[in-house]
Amino acid sequence: MTDIAQTRPASFSAPSPRIERVPLVLFLALAAAPVLAPLSGAEGYVLSLLTRVMILGLAAMSLDLILGYGAMVSFGHAAFLGIGGYAVGILASHGVEDALVQIPVALAVSALFAAVTGAISLRTKGVYFIMITLAFGQMLYFLATSLAAYGGDDGMTLSARSVVAGAPLLKDDRAFYGITFVCLLGTYLFSRAVVASRFGRVLRGAKENPIRMEAIGFQPFRFQLLAYVISGMMAGLAGFLLANQAEFISPSFMTWQRSGELIFMVILGGLGTLHGAILGAAAFLLLEEFLPELLHLAGFMLSADLQARLVDNWKMVFGPLLILIVLFARGGIMGLLGRARPERREV
Amino acid sequence: MTPTLFFIQALNGLQFGLILFLIAAGLTLVFGVMDFINLAHGVQYMVGAYLVAAFTAWTGNFGWGLLLALPTALAFGLLLEVLVFRHLYDRDHLDQVLATFGVIVFLNQAVKFIWGAAPLNVPVPEILSGSVEIADGLLYPVYRLAIIAAGLAVAGLLYVLVSHTRVGMLVRAGATNPQMVSALGVNIQRLFMVVFGFGAMLAGFAGAMVAPILSVEPGMGDNILILAFVVIVIGGIGSIRGAFLAAILIGLVDTVGRSFAPNLLRFFLDPATASQTGRAVAPMLIYIFMAAILFFRPSGLFPAKR
Repeated sequence: MTDIAQTRPASFSAPSPRIERVPLVLFLALAAAPVLAPLSGAEGYVLSLLTRVMILGLAAMSLDLILGYGAMVSFGHAAFLGIGGYAVGILASHGVEDALVQIPVALAVSALFAAVTGAISLRTKGVYFIMITLAFGQMLYFLATSLAAYGGDDGMTLSARSVVAGAPLLKDDRAFYGITFVCLLGTYLFSRAVVASRFGRVLRGAKENPIRMEAIGFQPFRFQLLAYVISGMMAGLAGFLLANQAEFISPSFMTWQRSGELIFMVILGGLGTLHGAILGAAAFLLLEEFLPELLHLAGFMLSADLQARLVDNWKMVFGPLLILIVLFARGGIMGLLGRARPERREV
Repeated sequence: MTPTLFFIQALNGLQFGLILFLIAAGLTLVFGVMDFINLAHGVQYMVGAYLVAAFTAWTGNFGWGLLLALPTALAFGLLLEVLVFRHLYDRDHLDQVLATFGVIVFLNQAVKFIWGAAPLNVPVPEILSGSVEIADGLLYPVYRLAIIAAGLAVAGLLYVLVSHTRVGMLVRAGATNPQMVSALGVNIQRLFMVVFGFGAMLAGFAGAMVAPILSVEPGMGDNILILAFVVIVIGGIGSIRGAFLAAILIGLVDTVGRSFAPNLLRFFLDPATASQTGRAVAPMLIYIFMAAILFFRPSGLFPAKR
């Protein structure tokens, strides 16, 4: 194989006009779910699980925008979930329950936090960047634990979901599912447009070779910072939705472990494919949800006591599973899907 | 803010800083030599605490418990290296972060499985119980002084090992330029195993030392791990000297800050607001401190020359 053939795929492929199969199937399946859910006999459960998948998928996708396309490993991304969530909780406790106020506030605060911390973090590179974003995430976490007026460590329960222009639109779970779906689809299409634009190409160029980008007249810093702000705002929106779904917020929204989970979802789905991040979030959450069940089934030969212990300690299986995924499933779910297609050769 | 209180808080800060140093030393060398991010370093601290709790309960003596816990922690570290970490050296940082994250999930659950979710208590060894008067009317627990002494002794030992022995020379060289060291014919893999096992044992030692004054519980390593990372990033990755200085600084800033932030703010704000803001700001202090240092020195106080 010649050198030219090897360098071709990633950097020079123009955004193709053809519709890709995976995201199409993904979004169609999510759109069809509310219709099919009643057949399962546990409609409420299925819808709420899928809503959660979409919300965390949105957060993971926002992270993939900077991680996959800009190589910025933000280890404090859960902070934005917290900002979005606390925007709901704090405003609601002061009587402002309208999403038309809460969402703009959540987005504005997320953007401000991203702009300030991003400007500082982007001065550093590599592992220092990972650590400084982690530090900012921790700062916000401890700030939340000390907000005694808003629940402190214990968090606060929302009295009701947000209203939209005075109407209790989010109250119904099916409507909430629909709105979450629209948010996810909207940010997905927006992200795709961002990635395909000139802006996105500069971002990818800066990831591969920042010095070259500077030489041809771009300042990578500005592009990276703007991408960081956009990503933070999307995650803030996910935080708004998450708080509304749970009708509860607490500092646990933004522990560093949560940030780690978000990174994991992105990697699991396949770095640098936006719909991959959504698939990764789905796989992670479904695994977390059904692993205890699976262990229960797998332990059918054991005594009831041992079976119960196995189910209680499902994380002892979950942890090694995560390690095995990292070791053996390189390229994540999208990598596996891509490998099945014959026209794309492994280099 | 009395001088006595300040002195006691400074001692507490020093003790905390030394514990942080014991953890950060292994972390920074592993990172410097193999360019390997080990999030599971914190659970090795937890494992050390659990081991000393188990062995102390078994032998009925803290000294024996500690003596048995240390080699076990070392063996455990080497086992992890062989099973998991060895396969991650040629991966990028992201994969390392994730795989070691899996190790955390597993071990936090495993100690819950073995010892239960309830915190364990390790009694303070009898010879080291009680307090001494270190100045007029100033009582300080003997055990905390013992931690300070042990921490300083280990730091000194580590200094001698790293700067005056052949292995230490290789480790220092490895932290600065691993390619060069392996080009000179040193088996960097084996060097790393030595560093890694030693680092795991130091973290385990730190866990064992604090077991009598903290409760031993699942997840106890998670937050201290983040602090250890803060320490090595401020100190400059791969630098033992940087880690020592940064650990003491962080220990002091955190401990002294927690007790004096409200008092200091009282100069600017009314008492009620001051104590409220003080409580909010105190836990954030070290992260603000870290951001400030990295703003002026993006690669830490003592960056390794590359």
